[in-house]
Amino acid sequence: MKYILHLFRAFLACLLFAGALPATASADKAPDLLVQDVTNEVLAIVRADKAIQAGDTKRVIELVDAKVLPHFDFRRMTMLAVGRDWRQASPEQQTKLTDAFRTLLVRTYSNALTQYRDQRIVFPPSRFAAADTRVQIRSEVVQTGAQPVGIDYMLEKSEQGWKVFDVIVAGVSLVTNYRSSFGQEISRGGIDGLIKSLEDRNRSLAEQHGLPQGEGGSGA
Amino acid sequence: MSKVFCSSRAGLAVTALAAALVAGCATTANPDDPLEGYNRAMFSFNDQVDKVAIKPAAQVYEAVLPGPLRTGIGNVFGNLGDPWIGLNNMLQGKFADGMSDLMRFAFNSTWGLLGLLDIASEAGLPKHDEDFGQTLGRWGVGEGAYVVLPLFGPRTVRDAVAMPADMMGNTPFSIDHVPTRNTVTGTRIVHGRSVLLGTERTLDEAVLDRYAFVRHFYLEQRRYKIEDGRQERMYEDFDEQSGAPANVSSDRALVAPAQAVGSRNRQNVK
Repeated sequence: MKYILHLFRAFLACLLFAGALPATASADKAPDLLVQDVTNEVLAIVRADKAIQAGDTKRVIELVDAKVLPHFDFRRMTMLAVGRDWRQASPEQQTKLTDAFRTLLVRTYSNALTQYRDQRIVFPPSRFAAADTRVQIRSEVVQTGAQPVGIDYMLEKSEQGWKVFDVIVAGVSLVTNYRSSFGQEISRGGIDGLIKSLEDRNRSLAEQHGLPQGEGGSGA
Repeated sequence: MSKVFCSSRAGLAVTALAAALVAGCATTANPDDPLEGYNRAMFSFNDQVDKVAIKPAAQVYEAVLPGPLRTGIGNVFGNLGDPWIGLNNMLQGKFADGMSDLMRFAFNSTWGLLGLLDIASEAGLPKHDEDFGQTLGRWGVGEGAYVVLPLFGPRTVRDAVAMPADMMGNTPFSIDHVPTRNTVTGTRIVHGRSVLLGTERTLDEAVLDRYAFVRHFYLEQRRYKIEDGRQERMYEDFDEQSGAPANVSSDRALVAPAQAVGSRNRQNVK
């Protein structure tokens, strides 16, 4: 039971993953400042928005779409989640996988953001050199009476600025955590089987939350 | 009490094991999880127990008690665990952290009103998370197979062996009055569960296979904690067409070694 507590506490923190990173001119901003600014901006909006706190899924997805998504490299995230089988996927399959995985992540974790109340987020110093093109930026969710939960963002420098390609919650990579279940789906039904599972899941989530089909993340 | 508990647990284990053998599911073998058939059966058994008993109790607990009181209860349990955390830090050679844990216990037990308030955190003594399983890991004891225990949930064999010591260590004094002891234990469980209410929907919705997700999460988090987050993360590039990635020699240092091995095996089969 104690372990499950930790697990879910970590996921509570994970809600805040969605809350990282804004869409403001990021190309020239240092990655640690970028993470801090987006986190603070998104959380300020959530704190002030009664509809989001009441669980308005559509509204929180709009917020994430606008402020958070531009800073994520979903193609790379999907590649890391799929693993070696990625090489066997055609370009069309890769695009479909990326779209479906992005929609799933955005829907589920945006939703978690509605659970955010007043936890304090701090940013321990992240060590990196000016010339680095891949950095790990740290943040921590402070909670009384328990160890802070770490949320680290892995970012890589691209021509469009720094892009997040993994989120590490309490020491666990969000992206590679999907790899074994993705592997199962692929060994059962191939790449198309995995695409179908993801799309089915997204469809049922959309029905549950009254979202228009096929929504939940514009191209990044 | 614990005797009754043990024998009924053993009974449950046998039942679940039998169910697993009957089901005889042969999913893709995960090298960390040779007991996957049994584990999956026990995982869904634990889910059922949670659904009918623990979760409803936690919902009542959350509805009845005001938030600050629940925070205080959590702080008290956290405080009782600090000496054991400190001892384990010292057993791992982290004396400064261990001292800090003991000071936390001293501060919070006195100025913090028997642990109700976590003033030590405010004073710059952060809460740590250590247990005897981590200590064994630091000493070089291998983790063994992944195993889902009845009621207690995911463990590695090493952590399961360490569990009795951890349970004793987390309760620095023993309560002889049985009803009181049962109330304390029950409150601890229900409080722990109540913290998680509201987040589980995300987990349910976000993952395709909850069992695989929880397994990976548990194993990766344990490894991370034992190393105290010092290991470097490696990311492969699966976009390269040439096959072997440049850092193939560092395969073993991957974030998810088990999964890397798993997918390698699958490729070999093809």
